Amino acid sequence: MSILIDRSKKVLVQGITGREGQVRTQLMLEYGTRVVAGVTPGKGGMEVHGVPVFDTVEEARETVGVIDVSVVFVPAPIVKNSALEALESEIKLLVLVPDRVPIYDVLEIVRAAKSAGADFVGPNTLGLLSPGKAVLGMMGGRARAAREWFKQGHVGVSSRSGGITSSIAYYLSKNGIGLSTLVHVGGDPVVGLTHPEIMKRFEADPETKAVVMFGEIGTSQEERVADLMEASEFTKPLIAFIGGKAAKEGTRFSHAGAIIEGERGTYEGKVRRLKAAGAHVAEAFDDIPEVTKKVLKSMGINN
Amino acid sequence: MARLYEYQGKELLKQFKIPVPAGRVASSAGEVRAIAEELGRSVVLKAQVWTTRRASMGGIQFADSPAEAHEKAKDLFGLVVKGFRVEKVLVEEKLAIKQEFYTGIIIDDTSKMPLILFSSVGGTGIEEIAKTHPDRLARMSIDSLTGLRDYQARNLVRRTGLHGKLQFQIGSVLVGLWQIARKYDARAAEINPLVMVKDGTVYAADCRLTIDDYAVYRHQELGIEVAREFDHPPTELEKIAYNIEKNDYRGTFYFIQLEQNFKKGDNYIGFHGAGGGGSMMSMDAVNKQGFKIANFTDTSGNPPASKVYRAAKIILSQKGIDGYFASGSGVASQEQFHSARGLVKAFREEQISIPAVIRLGGNEEDLAVEILTKYTRDLPAPVEGYKKDDSADYCAGRLRTLVDHYREPAVKPEPRKRPGAEKPYTFQTLTGRVTFDHAKCESCESKICIQACQPGILKLDGDVPVLAITRETAEKGKCIECLACELACEFEGGRAAYIDLPIPGLEAIRFLNPEA
Ligand code: SF4
Ligand code: SF4
Repeated sequence: MSILIDRSKKVLVQGITGREGQVRTQLMLEYGTRVVAGVTPGKGGMEVHGVPVFDTVEEARETVGVIDVSVVFVPAPIVKNSALEALESEIKLLVLVPDRVPIYDVLEIVRAAKSAGADFVGPNTLGLLSPGKAVLGMMGGRARAAREWFKQGHVGVSSRSGGITSSIAYYLSKNGIGLSTLVHVGGDPVVGLTHPEIMKRFEADPETKAVVMFGEIGTSQEERVADLMEASEFTKPLIAFIGGKAAKEGTRFSHAGAIIEGERGTYEGKVRRLKAAGAHVAEAFDDIPEVTKKVLKSMGINN
Repeated sequence: MARLYEYQGKELLKQFKIPVPAGRVASSAGEVRAIAEELGRSVVLKAQVWTTRRASMGGIQFADSPAEAHEKAKDLFGLVVKGFRVEKVLVEEKLAIKQEFYTGIIIDDTSKMPLILFSSVGGTGIEEIAKTHPDRLARMSIDSLTGLRDYQARNLVRRTGLHGKLQFQIGSVLVGLWQIARKYDARAAEINPLVMVKDGTVYAADCRLTIDDYAVYRHQELGIEVAREFDHPPTELEKIAYNIEKNDYRGTFYFIQLEQNFKKGDNYIGFHGAGGGGSMMSMDAVNKQGFKIANFTDTSGNPPASKVYRAAKIILSQKGIDGYFASGSGVASQEQFHSARGLVKAFREEQISIPAVIRLGGNEEDLAVEILTKYTRDLPAPVEGYKKDDSADYCAGRLRTLVDHYREPAVKPEPRKRPGAEKPYTFQTLTGRVTFDHAKCESCESKICIQACQPGILKLDGDVPVLAITRETAEKGKCIECLACELACEFEGGRAAYIDLPIPGLEAIRFLNPEA
């Protein structure tokens, strides 16, 4: 198994005719994702890599039936509208790829998703990928690379940085450690599914035996994962690494999430909380595969 | 986050009927005096700078007469507070304060909702208040659909022990502050202190608003010059960089100078990351090698080669850097040859004379590293390219070795000038212009430019390359500014192709700082 995405899910692409939309639709199709429809207002009737394009999500839904997931590639200022449109058509999982979505727009999407009983990943996400099954978004870039880089197995990956999601997954695979699902939760301060919410899903997935988490300074996501562990709501071994040790307090880098807010969100604070909750915190990024190997070995798992 | 000055914030408060002290902003000591005369009572002079604790740095002064205000203003305008030179002073009536409060709105990542805080104790930072007076601090999440209703605001205030007219007045202030935060996309909105004066009236004595960078485009009226959070006023290079980003929606480009006062040999390097997480780790790696970081730059989100080129040119415009380090996450989803070409064009034009290490791991890394190494072999300084199996630590170590063993040429090579053309054939691109010198093309055997153009927008017209599409479509973005035609032509063609990618303002800076 895997979480959130597999081969059976029916996927819609909003903004399918744009620069990124087209290229990543090809990635998803070639990797095995069941892309059933695309939407670009005003371009209904076209096809992108054989996928029919509709003017509205409602029309797509009427034609192809229930849709499980929508991957959104529209420009940042209209992400909110696209998300609301998808939610109204009862799509229960959205992947919001674009960067630079205004934060109050994200808050409105949060509110609407909650009343619709839906979830979303992002914004500012590379997406997610279950090796050997399917990909949502642009993880891996090209299907050939994605197949070569990511091997199937029992370790989940959740990360706040897109590039780091792929690089952790690649280095683990290269060291013979296979993966269940990789999730880039998104780099913004407010995102849909956060680390703790992803951990709950990994907890429920029988195939996932351990999880690697890449955290960053700013926000309280990693602290809340520690809370979950202490409350025994997340019981699988967690290997964690926190980036941003060298960041100067108050200096903001391009990840809006990497802001140090008061006492929470600091590098030291996160490491301390995670260690106390029993996580295996890697000191150096390059140690992650070794630490993971040891953990799996101690569990008697030969990945 | 783009911060507003206190006086700008107070303008907005006034519009939303939140009382602020009488007064105005001044740009000179003379103006301060005139305002003090108008007010005709004791005044407070407040330096307009984006820092906390300006009072302890002399940024706040009191005066009982216009003459005193004038004298004190003279000192204030010369003051530099944490790198910010005081250019504006807010002159206000001095209030007879009886009690101080605090209120602020932030966006809470845990509840994913705006959070409003109110404390019946104010004046110092909210962190201390929360620690020392937890019972005097009330907080509440705001539903962004319904907003903050007036009774909710009053109930919040009530929880800190305030009643009657005071509770009512403060309740309206809170509702007003929420409306401002919502309307202007504020990441944070704070009034500290909110004060009550002798006659019982409530005023906002200070105001801090930070606007969401991603929403600044919706608020042209705020006149935000650079929508970035800086701990210093934006430098000329930062402004130049920001304008490039503003005018090119493809991918993201971020540039901030962390240090400017250094010279050759001080171990400062130009840093060029790709993606936030990878950048942070790459910075850790170079720090471990004893380097210091002159600037933080990030080009990510699949930018075209032209944007990476401009970023590199700006990084190389910093005086005194000893090396150039570019590194992403190591396993990038984006095709890496775009970055490689952007860097190569910049390095060639600048005749780079400091060692450079470029970590290009990811999609199409083999081609990317080949482009990088092949096209930089003839440059004064070594340029090395690495792939996904080379860690950031290893690459930073290579830069250490190269810098330690490198001798700069005695005569600094001149940056290359743009070549002239005898029979120019040109077309515009989204942010620049492509030129082929057809005089040279006639005798070129390879015609390599045609093959090099991946989107296939060039064709041969007899002996010479021309657009295979309309000029309009090329300009609208069909020419993806990948720079492949120029580089291929330089090495395998007749050196007839050149792409102009202007960087407004950069030449002027170099003229002022000829050593850069
Ligand atoms: S490769 Fe250069 S010289 Fe040859 S045809 Fe193309 S532009 Fe002209
Ligand atoms: S003409 Fe073709 S090769 Fe040259 S920059 Fe434009 S897209 Fe690239």
